[in-house]
Amino acid sequence: MILYLMCFFLFLVGVYGAITKRDLIKIILAIGIMGYSVNLFLVLLAYRTGALAPILEKGFNVPMVDPIPQALVLTSIVIELGVTALMAALAIRIYQKYDTFDITKIRRLQG
Amino acid sequence: MILSQFIFVPLLAAFLIVLFARKKENIAAVIALAACAWILIVSFIAFFKLPAHGGMILNNTSGWSIPYTISLVLDNLSAFMLIVVNLVAFLSAFYAIQYINHFTGKWNFFALFMLMLTGMNGVILTGDFFNLYVFMEISLISAYALVAFGTESEELEASFKYATMGAITSTMILFGIGILYSYTSTLTMADVGLQLRNVGTPKLLFLVYGLFIAGFGLKTALVPFHAWLPDAHPSAPAPISAMLSGVLIKTLGVYALVRIFFNVFGAPTVVLQILMLLGTLSIVIGGFLSVVQWDFKRLLGFSSISQIGYVVIGFALGTPLGILGGLLHLFYHAIFKSLLFLDSGAVEYATDTRDLRQLGGLSKEMKVTSATTMVGTLSISGIPPFNGFFSKLIIIIACISAGQIVVGIIAALVSIVTLAYFLKVQKHAFFGKKGSAKVLEKVPFAMKTAMIILAALCLISSAIMIPSIRKQYLNPIVDTVMGKTSYIDKVEPYLDKGGVK
Repeated sequence: MILYLMCFFLFLVGVYGAITKRDLIKIILAIGIMGYSVNLFLVLLAYRTGALAPILEKGFNVPMVDPIPQALVLTSIVIELGVTALMAALAIRIYQKYDTFDITKIRRLQG
Repeated sequence: MILSQFIFVPLLAAFLIVLFARKKENIAAVIALAACAWILIVSFIAFFKLPAHGGMILNNTSGWSIPYTISLVLDNLSAFMLIVVNLVAFLSAFYAIQYINHFTGKWNFFALFMLMLTGMNGVILTGDFFNLYVFMEISLISAYALVAFGTESEELEASFKYATMGAITSTMILFGIGILYSYTSTLTMADVGLQLRNVGTPKLLFLVYGLFIAGFGLKTALVPFHAWLPDAHPSAPAPISAMLSGVLIKTLGVYALVRIFFNVFGAPTVVLQILMLLGTLSIVIGGFLSVVQWDFKRLLGFSSISQIGYVVIGFALGTPLGILGGLLHLFYHAIFKSLLFLDSGAVEYATDTRDLRQLGGLSKEMKVTSATTMVGTLSISGIPPFNGFFSKLIIIIACISAGQIVVGIIAALVSIVTLAYFLKVQKHAFFGKKGSAKVLEKVPFAMKTAMIILAALCLISSAIMIPSIRKQYLNPIVDTVMGKTSYIDKVEPYLDKGGVK
């Protein structure tokens, strides 16, 4: 249970960072932290104490970990990579236009 | 197989464009248009063939059967959504052929366009929670890139804002899916519904409801989550604005909400009440904020928030009439809002500005654009016999007959506000005094054709309201949404309950 709570705390750290930070790069990092906490949560769901990797063989009687969340985590890591790369690219282009990463100074839109 | 075409044809088109169209940019438009036309035809075939299959086609994507594999599920609701999405996509792609000449990197544009279409078709067809998340991210990532396509400072800013909010809420959705999986040990939507039916409503489920409402509510741009839309939609190139406002918010937002909350969770009352509240707020706030806008496309963006509120309250009423109104308004809004965005694109193409204060008196020089905008205006403000009248009327009647008289009155009043802000567009852009902006370029043929077809559809699609057509084609869709267990019951025979083979 304590692991789940800490995992949720990590999620909240990410949310806090994404909401309060003013730096584009820090926002990207905060979103990354949120993603990691959810990935960690998925891996925790699959974890069984003393269980092995789910590779079926003859005479295999030991409990196995749940393979589906592990597959999900792999996919979601790839998706997060895509989003992070795109956001970093956007941040670089924004820096070229505005000469700053501070979101309080990047306000050419009306709101 | 007919279902996988909706995903692999646009995906293949995206890859082919990236492979071959770098050198010869004209190939990009040909490939994109061919792919769009192909899946538009297939989606019509799928819609009309569906009754012969008993209203459900299920396709396992591997040798296993569900719940061990990802499934593609076509039922009445998804067939209807496919037609809406692919119709708007085809016309937007056709419009883009010549519109995109103002930008560089044509092949990039069409490749991203096709990827976005892949994601949307995937979201509509999938029968699996995690697969829904994956397809949603495919279309969102390409949408972020397309919003920033012009790479001007405002566009980059809007795209970053959209990407931040989208990424946070997508993470929330994934968190919700994780919780659901931990509770039911399955990701197949129908199987989740089946397992939850046996246990009632555990308290944990309310956390999932909250996460999904926040997640899909942001994609729908319901009011507390709407801040990205008026920046992102106007910043994109016009055909993409038409796609984003016309179908993306409905596919990733409304469709996903309806599929998950009505078909899987069985339309819990608390969720319907929340959606009702958010929908009403959207109608009012979106409507009143539109009035004060001077940027043509930004005004349309706020108007989208208001109109999506109508769709959501239609569904949130939970009565057959309300759902019929919601479905109709979803379809009609896709047509007239994409038409209006394409018109705004034509105005921008011709005069190089979209500030209403600089425009004026365009009706003589841009006859087609002016006429089609007029049709769009009449449709969106609900003037008979244009299509918007019927859907709004049905939603208002449904509100009153369901006892939500206040909501009905608000919906009717904001409909007048809608007319007011579109008359503002007419006055400042097309009629009235001549503005400082001059018509620099003629609107080319492909753009005009797409606009005329959409304007014609504004009238023709009213024909769905003829009772015999409505009975045959719309009532099965309403039943799919309404029948709280029908989706689960129809998928259940395909479920493999034997355990691991």
